[in-house]
Amino acid sequence: MAITGIVLLGYIATHMLGNLKVYFGPEDINGYGEALRDLGGHLIPRTHLLWLLRIGLTVAFVLHIHAAYSLTLLNRRQRPVAYAARREYLIASYASRTMAWTGTIVLLFLVFHLADLTWGAEPAVSGDFERGEIYNNMIATFSRWPVSLLYIVANLALGLHVFHGVWSLFQSLGISNPRFNKWRRHLALGFTVVVIGGNLTFPLAVLSGILGESGFLA
Amino acid sequence: MKVTLKVWRQSGAEDPGRFETHKVDELSPDMSFLEMLDVLNDRISVAGGEPIEFESDCREGICGTCGLVINGQPHGPEERTATCQLHMRKFSDGDVITVEPWRAKAFSVIKDLIVDRSPFDSIIAAGGFISVPTGSASDANLIPVPKEAADAAMDAAACIGCGACVAACPNSAAQLFTAAKVAHLNLLPQGQPERYIRVTKMVDTMEQFFGSCTNHGECERACPKAISVDFIAMLNRDYISSKIKNRRLAGQQR
Repeated sequence: MAITGIVLLGYIATHMLGNLKVYFGPEDINGYGEALRDLGGHLIPRTHLLWLLRIGLTVAFVLHIHAAYSLTLLNRRQRPVAYAARREYLIASYASRTMAWTGTIVLLFLVFHLADLTWGAEPAVSGDFERGEIYNNMIATFSRWPVSLLYIVANLALGLHVFHGVWSLFQSLGISNPRFNKWRRHLALGFTVVVIGGNLTFPLAVLSGILGESGFLA
Repeated sequence: MKVTLKVWRQSGAEDPGRFETHKVDELSPDMSFLEMLDVLNDRISVAGGEPIEFESDCREGICGTCGLVINGQPHGPEERTATCQLHMRKFSDGDVITVEPWRAKAFSVIKDLIVDRSPFDSIIAAGGFISVPTGSASDANLIPVPKEAADAAMDAAACIGCGACVAACPNSAAQLFTAAKVAHLNLLPQGQPERYIRVTKMVDTMEQFFGSCTNHGECERACPKAISVDFIAMLNRDYISSKIKNRRLAGQQR
């Protein structure tokens, strides 16, 4: 779970950083999309390396969900008679106790997100969708405020999930040293704030007009 | 002082069990929680009823026999305290207190507040020991042990095996217990020859009975010895190593 989690964390960080290119204008972000398809340059046939990464990512994602699903089922069966007294959690964070829920929200959102901006599939997609026109597609999708709201909510759920996940992976992989242990929480918070914060700027920038039809403040 | 107890009563494993309410008055705030139960049991016996069964032995917080979930918290509200060391002064006059046994599939109720903790014995029997007879105690400092390592092993060895970690864990996982029992041997030179076989066997046995750790951290707070979840990280580290180390090289000095 920790290992597949690291792959997925690497992905969401790269995804957010790549998307920051929208602030440099339509040509920059559209060129970024092209560059991804051209990964490997002349050494590897076009889009092959991209597909390899996509397959690796999908495998990691499926294994992550499989581990989560079987762990959750196993653990739910371990206390057949519940405590009668109201259970007050003293240490377990809201994030750690809601992993199954935030994970499910992210999974459902992912289907919507792919339909909206990758496949261009109904009913998620906006009317103006055109494959490869990343900038325009993004403006079109976030101009619909309920969709923007969905993106914001899903990212907050992802944030909770990632906040527990980043700290948790150190425990699971046995990376523990009294001298550095307090940095594990700081790292989890820092990673979450940067990645989720970056993601949240996209719908907010479109809704507030900071990202206009033809570019940053334009 | 007086309190109202809602106590779990269950005649045996087959009985579905129920809560029974007792008003207990004329209590001293200096009584321990178990002494309060003793007083109540005396009064129940005199009235011709059947006393509430609970476990206790040393009553000084070092044997791990006692253990009740008090108001939803294993060993009650006081940090680093076993049930026997919890005093009535921690409660207010007139409080309603819910008393339940440890709840976990692996810990079946034997009677009332007593649970069967033998899955812990199975984990110890799987590897929580050093196989070779050690003879009489050797000279001190014959085997040098770094101070930090000795301290950490001692911290792990503070585990009294009460089971509060399992009772507190949302997943009923026994990682903290197993981690402590692995660490107090695996951190010391004497534990090295069986380090990897020990962790493999103990973890595999643990998984037959208990849920699995998702790093909530409730166990550390419930532990009367405040054993750190850092030991769970050590357990995971040794378990992962046990899967990838070439054990034929384990006799070599690094």
